[in-house]
Amino acid sequence: MENNHNPPPVRTRELTKRYGDIVAVDKLNLTVEPGEIYGFLGPNGAGKTTTLRMLLGLIRSTSGSVRVLGRAPGTADHLARVGALIEGPAFYPHLSGGTNLRVLARYAGVPKTRVAEVLGMVDLENRAGDRYSTYSLGMKQRLGVAAALLKEPQLLILDEPTNGLDPAGMADMRMLIRQLGTEGCTVVLSSHLLGEVQQVCDRVGVISHGRLIAESTVAELRGGQRLRIDVDSLDDAARAARDLVGAEFVHIVDDALELEVEADKAAWVNGELVNCGIAVSQLRWRERDLEQVFLELTEGELSHVG
Amino acid sequence: MWASTVAELNTMVRRGANWLMLSIAVVLMLTFGYAVPYTAYLRGDSDSPATAHMLDTVLPDHLVGIAIGGLPFFTGAIGLIIGALAVGGEYGWGTWKTLLTQGPSRLTVYSGKLASLAVANAVLVGSSFAFGAASTAIIASVEDKAADWPSLADLATGFGAGWMIAMMWTMAGVVLAIATRGVAIPIGVGLVWMLGVQNLLAGIAAPLLDWVADLQKWLPGPNAGSLAGALGVAKTTPGYSDIVSSGHAVALVAAYLLVFAAIGGVVLRRRDVV
Repeated sequence: MENNHNPPPVRTRELTKRYGDIVAVDKLNLTVEPGEIYGFLGPNGAGKTTTLRMLLGLIRSTSGSVRVLGRAPGTADHLARVGALIEGPAFYPHLSGGTNLRVLARYAGVPKTRVAEVLGMVDLENRAGDRYSTYSLGMKQRLGVAAALLKEPQLLILDEPTNGLDPAGMADMRMLIRQLGTEGCTVVLSSHLLGEVQQVCDRVGVISHGRLIAESTVAELRGGQRLRIDVDSLDDAARAARDLVGAEFVHIVDDALELEVEADKAAWVNGELVNCGIAVSQLRWRERDLEQVFLELTEGELSHVG
Repeated sequence: MWASTVAELNTMVRRGANWLMLSIAVVLMLTFGYAVPYTAYLRGDSDSPATAHMLDTVLPDHLVGIAIGGLPFFTGAIGLIIGALAVGGEYGWGTWKTLLTQGPSRLTVYSGKLASLAVANAVLVGSSFAFGAASTAIIASVEDKAADWPSLADLATGFGAGWMIAMMWTMAGVVLAIATRGVAIPIGVGLVWMLGVQNLLAGIAAPLLDWVADLQKWLPGPNAGSLAGALGVAKTTPGYSDIVSSGHAVALVAAYLLVFAAIGGVVLRRRDVV
């Protein structure tokens, strides 16, 4: 039996969604812990939005289970505690931003005073009276986030929330998400901007072809530093490096060698390569960013599937 | 459901297209119900019985027939468009996902939409009665004729029947919009059916084929026409029919209204929102 006292905000087990022969989400096991900011990454068509829609009850799963805040998705009790911005904002173009939110507040049973609060949170109070159809992409996005915050949600699901925002707007959005996290709100953040995810998220799940291929803290996923070595003969150097430290610790990235070795081994590696007749022109420590990890994971997955 | 209904009414009253549809319905009713016959009367031979009859048709005792006369045909088409706009617009703007993640269940949101459409159709039919009453009162006054108004019971019956016919067409628009997940196709298909296929069936196929003539008794258009016809709509009005009794027509119109609404609800509830 499931413990409903402190259930994880999101928990899926073998969650699957098929469209005919196409498997959009494939036996996905996902757990998001209370209060964390969880980055949900994956290439286009990986199944991110389908998963997020299943978390909201907009799409029914083909098999497997999903519990959100301990409830089945789509029920009134579940939706009352979840805010969401999925696949871009969607509002009535003939209504003002403020009226759109007041209509949603009426649906959600939220007092109208909350509308002014959330408009202030996304810095949109001065344009609240303007028609939604006159908003820029960034303003529409901010209104979408405001709508997601209307219910003071325990769980916030944001799909590409910084789409269309200028750099200042993106920074504001990051700050807002971090603040929500510190206030105890659990956030599931899907974004293509990996730098943004790296800065904001506590943990990250990477999905490809509907399957979760990695899930860890950002720091763990990025791993330790790598020793980056520029050499004159890459193939010979790679052979020599594999003999030295083992093939699994040697990577070729952007016409250079990258070795996963301990910090005190740099001089030794340099000496051994020189002894093998390889000219080393540059040698430095490099920290991997999330984008590189993401590309390695998803490209590996793609080649594996292919 | 009350909150959903009020929220939906808030969006409907602020949508210009709905007011445009209402205006068109009223203008058509006034034009073909009053302006054209009265102009013909004014320009006709004053000694001709036909001319005198023209005046009779626009006096207050014909209010019910004129106010609901367009519903089997052009005003019904406007009702269908209003239904398709109300529901199909949510697909066009992608706002179903926004509405359906606020809290109320899909059926609650849907019920709120239907309730607001019921109000909209009451306004549509009520406006026809109000503007019709004003027009006929002016004509009676100008022509110095006795204002022989229909009884309250007749007015209430006419209003109820008109509302039911309008709702039936609106529900047809709703179910087509849900089935096709849009606005343009349901309006196109609905109008082709109402303004084209119905007339072809009644005017060409039914006189030639007995089974089509029998089928007519079970189709929405002829039943709407028969219901309107039973309440005083002139035989020359497009969409007028007398092929079934008023009881049969009421039952069929109500059945279509409920079936359309139920199908729309079931499909909306079961289908993924993508």
